[in-house]
This record gives sequence, structure tokens and C-alpha cells, in this order.
Amino acid sequence: MAVAEDIRPTSETLLKVRAPRRPANMGQFIRWALLFAGGIAMVMPIAYMISTSLKWPHEVYNLKLIPDEPTIDNYTYVLEDGRFYWWFVNSIIIAVITTVSNVLFDSLVGYTLCKFRFPGRYIVFIAILSTLMIPTEMLVIPWYLMSQQFGWLDTYWGIMFPGLMTAFGTFLMKQFFETVPDDFIEAARIDGLNELQIWWTVAMPLVKPALAALAIFVFLGNWTAFIWPLIVTNSVEMYTLPVGLSSFGDEADVAWELIMTGAAISTLPTLVVFLIFQRFIIRGVVMAGLKG
Amino acid sequence: MANLILRDLVKTFDRTEVLHGIDLEVADGEFVVFVGPSGCGKSTTLRLIAGLEEVTSGTIEIAGRVVNNLEPKDRDIAMVFQNYAIYPHMTVRKNIGFGLRSSKAPRAEKEKRIEEVATILGMSDLLSRKPSQLSGGQRQRVAIGRAMVRDPAVFLFDEPLSNLDAQLRTQMRLEIKKLHQRVGSTIVFVTHDQVEAMTMADRIVIMKDGYIQQVGTPAEVYHKPANTFVARFIGAPSMNMIPGAVNGGGTLALETGGTLAFDRPLPEGRKVTLGVRPEDLGPGHDNPVIEGKVTVREPLGHETLIYVGTASGEVIAKADGRTPPEVGETVRLGALTENMHVFDAETGEALA
Repeated sequence: MAVAEDIRPTSETLLKVRAPRRPANMGQFIRWALLFAGGIAMVMPIAYMISTSLKWPHEVYNLKLIPDEPTIDNYTYVLEDGRFYWWFVNSIIIAVITTVSNVLFDSLVGYTLCKFRFPGRYIVFIAILSTLMIPTEMLVIPWYLMSQQFGWLDTYWGIMFPGLMTAFGTFLMKQFFETVPDDFIEAARIDGLNELQIWWTVAMPLVKPALAALAIFVFLGNWTAFIWPLIVTNSVEMYTLPVGLSSFGDEADVAWELIMTGAAISTLPTLVVFLIFQRFIIRGVVMAGLKG
Repeated sequence: MANLILRDLVKTFDRTEVLHGIDLEVADGEFVVFVGPSGCGKSTTLRLIAGLEEVTSGTIEIAGRVVNNLEPKDRDIAMVFQNYAIYPHMTVRKNIGFGLRSSKAPRAEKEKRIEEVATILGMSDLLSRKPSQLSGGQRQRVAIGRAMVRDPAVFLFDEPLSNLDAQLRTQMRLEIKKLHQRVGSTIVFVTHDQVEAMTMADRIVIMKDGYIQQVGTPAEVYHKPANTFVARFIGAPSMNMIPGAVNGGGTLALETGGTLAFDRPLPEGRKVTLGVRPEDLGPGHDNPVIEGKVTVREPLGHETLIYVGTASGEVIAKADGRTPPEVGETVRLGALTENMHVFDAETGEALA
């Protein structure tokens, strides 16, 4: 009887068949270098912000990354300054309310434009989209006049009203609702749900990634908003964080170490939001084909 | 009573009329299958019954009441969609129970109903799973479960087996039929697959271009097709069509030569089309119809389909599975007169 040849691979044969390791070519090197440079460009401002927040005033214009005499006095000063809490709370209130408002209303309008057939639907959509072409700087004056007429100057409502719904959010949500099959909506209709219930129970859970992406964009946009809150607020108590931080210092000098300290603290909520929504945002942004 | 009556049903999209006056009565507990090619209006008819589209004119009556102006939820119907339409973010239990959301029954009763349906469908151990953890067949069962749980007067199925592979489709076909026998509800089932229609239906409605071509039992539409469309659509492979004309004395002269004597009255002088199903046409028959050369053989085991090139084009016939004619061999194909169908060449309507 013939003995079957042992055809199991040995370590030697495995070594032979393993693909040779490709040497890193020039293109790859350039790609890595660019990515590295990009990474540095991203991290440096944050590093300088933290570095400056740990410096004494006389050291601020010294570009050294590691302070000679690190101090946390700036943090103590900012946190002990009652105004900072006001600004922080103002920013939180405004960012949270506008985020919730956008998530609800942008998706409601996006859903309506996407899933209902009614005369003028296309015109409404184009009209909403066209507002994206108008820069904020152009809108600030009409907003201000409107706020003045309605008595909204120096109020939360005055700060928030332009951003309670956005054309971008509506567009984003409409595009995402396109991915929800009509069968789902019709099945729910047959099952006896009204249109609002269908939107909330069936459609909204299916676009969670988009909602997370929208929530992040809106939260960040409002958290860092500067021009409109600066114009519409008068009293220090109504300032938002960016406006408040810019007021550190006086006409002769800008207290950069305090501004950077406030900025460093104010990044914490955005980090928290990112950590919560991270897994959704990555998926959402990829799906939406948006830049972060 | 849960009968369904469609009277002169017309549907227009913009200015295009897609259904041109559909009349149909579906009896209580009947399993009716709408079948036809894409764009024939079968799904539109189903959506009109469901209330997902507005009726342009005509009436829909379910269990004795006109439902034209009722919302889908108030029509006492349930629908199973082609893509199942089961919600990916809900468990099987929630999906099945979704149909009971608007019901005012106590929670315990709803739970009991969900359990009952899950038991009938053999899904009791899958209730806590999400749809992504289910196979295609299981998803389909969930969709059926969601429809069943409401205990509707009429079940509507919109091509529910299209997304399943061939084996699973056969299995689900059987399961739906068994389910119908068990619950005895009225079912309207839409498909483009004539095999599904033949195997499941009590009656088949064959549609084309927004018109009903024929309504009948599977045997009726197979053995007595109303026109050439039905004759070709039902049965696989399709019925062979051979042109000819009726001579004096009721004989039929084929364009390819040869005369056939008919025991049925035929309108004299009329141009006709002779229809013979491949399974009724074979070599070595006493009553020869047509002659030609075998071009292709398709062995199926117990029989072999032979494609025969004739003077009026290619015809398909059935030969013995063990000793089929060779490719290139000339064969004379024949059939019993009672298995032949004669259609008007111009209108396509059945003559005999």
C-alpha cells in the first residue's frame, strides 16, 4: 500500500509562500509625512492653549511649549470668577436647547419633505436650501432689528432664535430619511399609527446616526458661536462663553492666559458630547459624506 | 363575513390610467392570487385595497362596507410587504406586537396574542432577537406574524417571497398555504411568479396592462386559457404557438403544412393560432402536428425537453427521459386534439 505523501505545510514552505514585505516607497513616506504634519497642525493649538493656561502673564508671549514656572493660578482665578459660571451655564442652556430644537424640527421638516407628496414640496425644499447661500454676516442686521422690535435683545430667546432650525439640518435629515424604505412607513400606517407616531417610533430610530451627527454639529456650532451672541447681548450676565472669554483683559491688554484657561475649560463639554456620540458621529459623518 | 368586492376600480397617476375598471369578487376565506408581468397593475390594485393609494373611481368593499374613504388602519386588513418591513431597531416580540399598538386590549391579552402567533409560526424561542439576527425565512415569518396578530378580515401579501432563495421560497409557499388552511382568512396575494400562483391559489387573477385577462382556478387558467397572453403566461415552458387558418369543414390548416381535424366548431376562414403546451406535444404521436429538427435537449431526469426548429420557429416538446431523440434528428411532434387550444390570430381570444 502506498504511503500518502505528507502535504502539510512546514515552517520552511510557509516562509517561502509568505508574501515578501514590501519596502516603504516614496509615496507612502510622503503620505505619512503629510498626515504627521496634519496631526501636528491639529494638536499644536490645543497644546498651546493648555500651555498658555499654565503660564504667568509675563511668560505668555514666550513661545516655549513647556512653561518655565507652571501655575494653576489662572484656573483658580477663572473658576473663582462668578462671571465664568454664568457664561458657562448660558452656553450650556443655549447649546442644549438649540440642539434639541434642531434634532426635532429639522428632522420633522426633513421627514415631511421626504415622505409626503404635496403641491409645492420641491419649491419649499429649494427655498429652504437657498438660505444656505446667505452668509451669517448678512443676516445679522435683520436679526438684530427683529430682536429689537420684539424686545428680544439681551435674552436667551434673542441669542437662540436664529439657530433653532437650520437649512443644513433640514437638508441633512431629508437626505437620511430617503434611506428609510417607504414600506416601513406604509406598514406602520396600516398598523394604525398616526403620522407623528410613525415619524417618532419608526423613522427617527432608523436615522440615529444622522441625528447624532446633527446634534454634534449644532452643539458645536452654538457652543462656539461668537458674532451673533456678541451683538445681541449687552449685559455681562447674558454673555456666552466665547463672548465672555474675549472680554478678559482690558483695552490696553488682553489677558491671554485667562482666555486660554477659559477656553481649555470650555472644551470639556464638547469632549463629553464627542465621547457620548462618537460611535454615531463617525458612522453618521461617513454616511452623510460630510466633512467634520 | 370578510369578502372583498372590487367594482369598476380605476386608478390614474397624473394623467395616466393604470387600472381600467377592475371588477372582482373574493369570497370569505378565499385565497386569491394576482399574477402578471411588471407594470400590469397587480401591486397597484393591492395598494388600493390596503388604502395606500387613493381610488380614482369605483368602489372597494370589505366585509360588506365600502372602504374607499377609510384610512388603512380602519379597513380591517393587514399587509405583508416584499421587503418584509420589519423594524430593525425592534425585537421580534416588538415587531409582532407592533400591529397591536393601536389596540385597546389589555397588555396581558396582547402578550398572549403575540405568544400564540409566535407559536403558530414556530418562533417562540426567537422573540427576543433583533431582525439582523434572523435568516430571510425567519424575517418573512415575523412579517407574517405582525399581520396575523391583528386578526384582520383580509390579508394582503405583496410579492412576499421574491427576496427568498428558491428552496426557501418553496418552503414558505407551503407554510403560507398551511397557514391559510389553519386560520381560514381571506387572502389576496400578489406575485409575478406563475408557479407561486398555481400552487397557492384557490383562484388566480391574471392581469396585463391594467386589465384582468382571466379569473379562474389554477386548473381553469391552465387548461382553458382565455387568450394567448394567459396561455403563454401560465405554464413553464410557455405554450407553443403555431399559426394557421380554419378551412371548410372545421379543419385547421397550419402554415407549416398539414391539416388537423377538430371535433369542436371553428369559425370558417378565420386566421388562428394553434396553442399546444410542451408537455402535451411529443414525438411518435398518432396525431402529428408539426415536424422539425431537434436543436437542443434539456434532460430533466424522468423526461427530456426538446427544442425543435420548425418552419414556424422553435417549438418545445416533451420526450422520454431514457431514449430522447438526438440533436439534429428530425422528429414529428404530435398531440391529442383535446389538448390543443385555438386562438383568434388577431384578437388572441380563445376560440376553442
